[in-house]
Amino acid sequence: MDSVAAEQKLLIEIQNVCYDYGYGDVLKDVSFPINSHDFLAIIGPNGSGKTTLLKIILGLLKPRLGEVTIMGKTVEEFADWKKIGYVPQKATHIDSLFPVSVKEVVAMGIQSSRRFPRRTRGEDICCISRALQQVGMGEYKNRRIGNLSAGQQQRVFIARALANHPKILMLDEPTTGVDAKTQEHFYDMLQRLNREKEITIVLITHEVGIINKHVEQVACLNQTLVYHGSHDEFCRSDEFKRMLADGHHLVSHHH
Amino acid sequence: MEVFFLYGFFQRAFLAGVFIAIACALLGIFLILRRDAMIGHGLAHVTFAGVALGLYLNVMPLAVALFVAVVASWIIMKLKVKAGLHGDTAIAIFSSVGFALGILLVTLSQSFNVDLFSYLFGEILAIETSEVVFSIVLAFVVVLLVVVNYHKFMYMTFDRESAKASGIKVDRLDGLLTVLTAVTVVLGMKVVGILLVSALVVIPAAAGLQVASNFKQAIVLSTFISITSIVIGLVLAFLLDLPASGSIVLLSFLAFGILFVFRRSRR
Repeated sequence: MDSVAAEQKLLIEIQNVCYDYGYGDVLKDVSFPINSHDFLAIIGPNGSGKTTLLKIILGLLKPRLGEVTIMGKTVEEFADWKKIGYVPQKATHIDSLFPVSVKEVVAMGIQSSRRFPRRTRGEDICCISRALQQVGMGEYKNRRIGNLSAGQQQRVFIARALANHPKILMLDEPTTGVDAKTQEHFYDMLQRLNREKEITIVLITHEVGIINKHVEQVACLNQTLVYHGSHDEFCRSDEFKRMLADGHHLVSHHH
Repeated sequence: MEVFFLYGFFQRAFLAGVFIAIACALLGIFLILRRDAMIGHGLAHVTFAGVALGLYLNVMPLAVALFVAVVASWIIMKLKVKAGLHGDTAIAIFSSVGFALGILLVTLSQSFNVDLFSYLFGEILAIETSEVVFSIVLAFVVVLLVVVNYHKFMYMTFDRESAKASGIKVDRLDGLLTVLTAVTVVLGMKVVGILLVSALVVIPAAAGLQVASNFKQAIVLSTFISITSIVIGLVLAFLLDLPASGSIVLLSFLAFGILFVFRRSRR
């Protein structure tokens, strides 16, 4: 029988991507693939171009050079964006007074991918409940989003992405400022989604020293791609030691 | 109550008022949450230039105002995105330039008269049948377009970047929202006049937002407050011989005040 690895398909290909904001390169000639079933962490210190790269993949920014293909299509051609669930950096940009319930936030994901709107009912409501249960937020569906903790809001955003049955989840700094125990639960949940639902997970983080054991692949950025490969090998690599020595671990696991 | 409806002018005012009230409340919610509450105020001033131009050229001021407001709204939006001006600078500039232009044109056309005053202070009880039809059709189109794009507007207002990443054409919808606002401001001008129209867009929505715990509630409550203020305002204006515009705006402010106090006392 073929191994699991052999069944992996190329989902996203990043090819020679360069980007600058007008004051020097933020990304220089970055290339690496993202395959189905990957659990990939894109890491690197602040200013290393992680978020920029994520935005390029999502079509929010246009690279100066190079291109990104998603499921065989260039970002410009790609139209099936609901297959890519984006989970933004938590809470920071959300207006806490915004009158929207958890249920409504998840419904945004489903409804916005429709050409013509229809009322949220029946099958949609089941889909919303299921997505919320998958992230352990089933009981909160009528709560106002602004009344939840940052970690809970993060889960709701994941549910919003899950409601569209994505192939990939992209998370921007999902565990910044979250305590170790909650973080562990969070990664367990991501691993379940990765293994059981076969969702490819891509997350970016600047906390180099505390990449969770669930992460399988690492792409380490510092304007250029300095490492791409398995997590275990990365932990033994010189690059990792150098980054730790440079103080890029930032947040310790045991505090 | 039936006695009012025996009067044709009251029926007309009532019908047009209700439709415009719905359009104002719906847009108001999105504008406030987008921190664009002042755009109604700015466009109202630009609308004054449009009315003045209509009076000057002696063609339907309402139609000219509509055209001018839509064009201005488009320019304001483009300036906001591309000119690198801070926040609502574009609105502030357009609002005063619009008014200055209006004053100039009104003086040139020597139309400092009752006609102009009806645009400044509103005269819904004197609305003509053709204007009622015009207002209802336009208000209906505004409401329809907001309903069709409801989830997308909500998504991009709540979390613009994620909305964009999910494939929503946010720039195009920004444009649509701005143009719809311009149309609504011109319609609202017939009800409460240029000087008070921004209140019609902002206050009922702000009132609804005081107590709503979800988006649907905010929409329903604001629309209810908007309609009730207009209906009761019209009745009071008719019975007590008060100006309809002032009554309508003060009533919506009353609703806002009550809900504001209610929210503060709940804490």
